[in-house]
Amino acid sequence: MATADQPDSRVRIIHPLLVRVVHWINAFAIVCMVMSGWAIYNASPLFGFDFPRWATLGGWLGGAIAWHLAAMWLLVANGLIYVGYGFLAGHFRRHFLPLRPRDLLRDAKDALAFRLAHQPGIYNAVQRLMYIVVLLLGVLVVASGLSIWKPVQLDGLASLFGGYDTARRVHFIAMAGIVAFVAVHLALVLIVPSTLLPMLTGRAPRHSRNKTSKQEQQA
Amino acid sequence: MSDKKKNLPKNSELQPDLVQLQRRLFLRSGLSLGALSLLSGCNLQDGDQVDKVLWAMSRWNDRVQAMLFRPSHLAPTYPASMITKPFPFNAFYDADSAPEIDGDTYKLEVSGLVRDKRSWNLAQLRALPQASQITRHICIEGWSAIGQWSGVPFRTFLAHIGADTTAKYVGFKCADRYYSSIDMATALHPQTILALDFGQEPLPTEYGYPLKLRVPTKLGFKNPKHIAAIFVTNENPGGYWEDQGYNWFSGS
Repeated sequence: MATADQPDSRVRIIHPLLVRVVHWINAFAIVCMVMSGWAIYNASPLFGFDFPRWATLGGWLGGAIAWHLAAMWLLVANGLIYVGYGFLAGHFRRHFLPLRPRDLLRDAKDALAFRLAHQPGIYNAVQRLMYIVVLLLGVLVVASGLSIWKPVQLDGLASLFGGYDTARRVHFIAMAGIVAFVAVHLALVLIVPSTLLPMLTGRAPRHSRNKTSKQEQQA
Repeated sequence: MSDKKKNLPKNSELQPDLVQLQRRLFLRSGLSLGALSLLSGCNLQDGDQVDKVLWAMSRWNDRVQAMLFRPSHLAPTYPASMITKPFPFNAFYDADSAPEIDGDTYKLEVSGLVRDKRSWNLAQLRALPQASQITRHICIEGWSAIGQWSGVPFRTFLAHIGADTTAKYVGFKCADRYYSSIDMATALHPQTILALDFGQEPLPTEYGYPLKLRVPTKLGFKNPKHIAAIFVTNENPGGYWEDQGYNWFSGS
């Protein structure tokens, strides 16, 4: 392993420090938001079920809302830093694009047949699609959440969703999509545990088949 | 619309939660915090510190909401055909326990930073200009229902009692031991009314007879029922739920 002082030519940074920091802040914020959100849902369930109490945060409705409306600032501020970095530093363009339907079809087939090899630092087409979709779900969950929080002051936004009651359903569906992403994300980390350490250290062994761009090394 | 009614928690279902509140198990949830502290690697064992952060964030959210509040921006209104029937009952007690108030002897007390502290009876309140609205009542629990309320625009009433409208808060004390308070900007909002009627009838007992504050720019619990006293003040009077942890501003 290389140390920070002596960069080793056999390792490289695949996750820049900023990405690692926002990733873990986001993980904490998402867990707070989902667990407190489930507690709020339980106060007046939209559908014919409620969430188990052990999976909720806040203890009672007032506590759950306090958590939800505190953690939302962390989620949004952290998310804006990430999205700003993603666009300005070319992170999105470099890692999520291009996304071609042909590649997607090929990688999806391989993934389902468990033939899709993991290449550190390179996102396959299925991963690219998932990251793009979960980012869009993030935008949706925040916009619908703001509509529920401020259906009068932000009534223009709320009416985009067809009003308060529909915004609640959209907020739930966006949450469900994000939770599904997290489930797949965690399952993949379990299947390929070597992906976990680089999200902490940023470093991954140099892959013989990949060439590293200068930008990535600098990051 | 009737399916909403079914989804409402009954008071008996809320009772365990209320007992919890009284035991001051406020924002803490040992199990979840334990799970979170494992996840984040932070020490969240000290619940009081976490509570302090959550209270501070709630006060921050009060300030943000006061900034977002647009004094003359109206809450959406709806046609009479969209009124929710039956309208859900919600309080910290069962509908049977709603206070029975004699309208003939009822007096509304007025105090604080006002010029005229004379009390008001129902006939005097009905003699003031009246306004009507069909708006959405949004409960902090998440459900909502559309209803019609009519009564005295609150800013008209504040003008009649010579309220100092540069004061920060208006507080309400209710006949059912409930209490709450709102910011002056919301008190002066054109849709904030001292409601006497629900639909075409005087407020039924369970919906706040004889007087309820209707504030379509705030959550339902900021719409006190059975109002017995109104006061204008610069000290935040808090509220029944607010003092236990519901966000004080709770604007919608």
